[in-house]
Amino acid sequence: MKLDSTVRYTETHEWARPEGDEFVVGISDYAQSELPDVMRVELPDVGDTFTKGEAFGVVETVKAAAEIFVPLSGEVTALNEALEATPELVNQDPYGAGWLIRLKASDPAEWDQLLDGEAYTKVVEAEKAKH
Amino acid sequence: MVYIPHTDEERRQMLATIGVERIEELFTDIPEKFRYPDLDLPEPVAELEVLQELQGLAEFNLNANAVPTFLGAGAYRHWVPAVVDAIISRGEFYTAYTPYQPEISQGTLQAIFEYQSLICDLTGMEVANASHYDGATATAEAVVQALNVFRLKRKKVVLAPTVHPLYRAVIHTYTQGMGLEIVGEEDASVSLDDLIAMVDEQTACLILQNPNFLGQLESLAGVADQVHARGKGTLLGVAVNPLSLALFTPPGALGADIVMGEGQPLGLGLNFGGPYLGFYATRTQYVHQMAGRLVGETTDVEGRRAFVLTLTAREQHIRRARATSNICTNQGLMVLAATVYLSALGKQGLRQIAELNYHKAHYAAARIAELEGYEVGTARPFFNEFVVRCPAPVAEVNEHLLDEHEIIGGYDLSQDYPAMENAMLVAVTEMNSRAEIDEFVEALAEFEAEE
Repeated sequence: MKLDSTVRYTETHEWARPEGDEFVVGISDYAQSELPDVMRVELPDVGDTFTKGEAFGVVETVKAAAEIFVPLSGEVTALNEALEATPELVNQDPYGAGWLIRLKASDPAEWDQLLDGEAYTKVVEAEKAKH
Repeated sequence: MVYIPHTDEERRQMLATIGVERIEELFTDIPEKFRYPDLDLPEPVAELEVLQELQGLAEFNLNANAVPTFLGAGAYRHWVPAVVDAIISRGEFYTAYTPYQPEISQGTLQAIFEYQSLICDLTGMEVANASHYDGATATAEAVVQALNVFRLKRKKVVLAPTVHPLYRAVIHTYTQGMGLEIVGEEDASVSLDDLIAMVDEQTACLILQNPNFLGQLESLAGVADQVHARGKGTLLGVAVNPLSLALFTPPGALGADIVMGEGQPLGLGLNFGGPYLGFYATRTQYVHQMAGRLVGETTDVEGRRAFVLTLTAREQHIRRARATSNICTNQGLMVLAATVYLSALGKQGLRQIAELNYHKAHYAAARIAELEGYEVGTARPFFNEFVVRCPAPVAEVNEHLLDEHEIIGGYDLSQDYPAMENAMLVAVTEMNSRAEIDEFVEALAEFEAEE
């Protein structure tokens, strides 16, 4: 499982990375490995607002669909429009070209409460142990 | 003979497991006096006698296949070739459901795939699902799809008053509690231009029917462009009579976003009102918002042509509450009937049937228009159904037709459109011979003379 030192994670397998005064959001390498062959990503509209933990979209494979939840409260400022034509970017580069949305956080301090790589690894290992 | 396989011992164990002694204890919530009511039933009789009794009762019915019928309004008496029943009755096919382990039933999936392809050809659309229950549910699903395309942010729906009244009722049932604003249907005299003018940027869709419930053909050229432009992407959904598409330009070729309707005219018979078939087709860009099952073509590990249920992540067994629709089933057997019907007739055969409908209906309309006291609404083009203004309430005319001539008359439009007093919707299909039509016309003339 790949981690990225510039992001923090949620227990529901999303990540957020501060960039300027906004945050980039995506799903983790572990999440994408559990959702092979992503064929569609349903994203919100720019301007939509969400509170932390609220579902903002869906990642779909041929036989499964997983909801994705915002790591921080805020307003959507941009979408990764490349995913419309090439949703497989989520599988190929989950921390880079496979990003999902940009958020303007209403409380940037929420980021500090997210999991660092070490804590997130424990969450994933506990989840794997359950399977 | 007892058909219940449980032994007394098994029953005792089950009762012990749930902690009661006697089965009667399960019914303590039902007041005693209602628990074992005396049923006033006659003595048992032999199977033969039951059959004779029921046949006697059935003979009180007038058989729609044995008398001249001019009733349509959404359900039509058409010819069903014998091959339809012969194929669908085969054991391999005789179920209404797509199998729960679908890919093991390649024949069923192939039949549905062929059906989807035929519906796309007929409607001029890009993708069709494996069907809904009937024209009403298919039309309601069109509204739901449009709402989902706009992620429920658009709350307005423009609904033509000439969409089948039952379809409109089902749309209201499906969407109740969603806080929608459904406009357009209040005034039956509203024009298509008026309806288009109601479309704004909050409008998810405009739903029309063509031919509309009154049998008239709408002039659809350019409508889709106007709707898309006015509403910045508002969807146009058109409910159609599939048979009419053999003669007229399908809405798909005119830019409609969803084309759906009642598949009953495609070889299903009247069936006492059901089972029928809702067909449904849309553009590929909306496939993820479309409800229902979808069969796709692929190749198996050995490179052979194979069929699968595809894009199932839209469905409720995977997506639960957020599914595009909570209906994942379809009318499998009726789908097969329509597929056999369309395949047996072919493109030319279907066109011939449609032409017969068109010409016979126009012959009937012209003859009725000559009658004293009757007025035929032929100002607008029509397919196989038209409105006749009668000299008296339709119920009285129909009673005369039935009692004096054993003819089943048309549909009383005042039931749904109070302003349309004495208006009868008359349907003529390939089943109505010229002699039947002449008899109908003479009976109408006789009614007027006796008035």
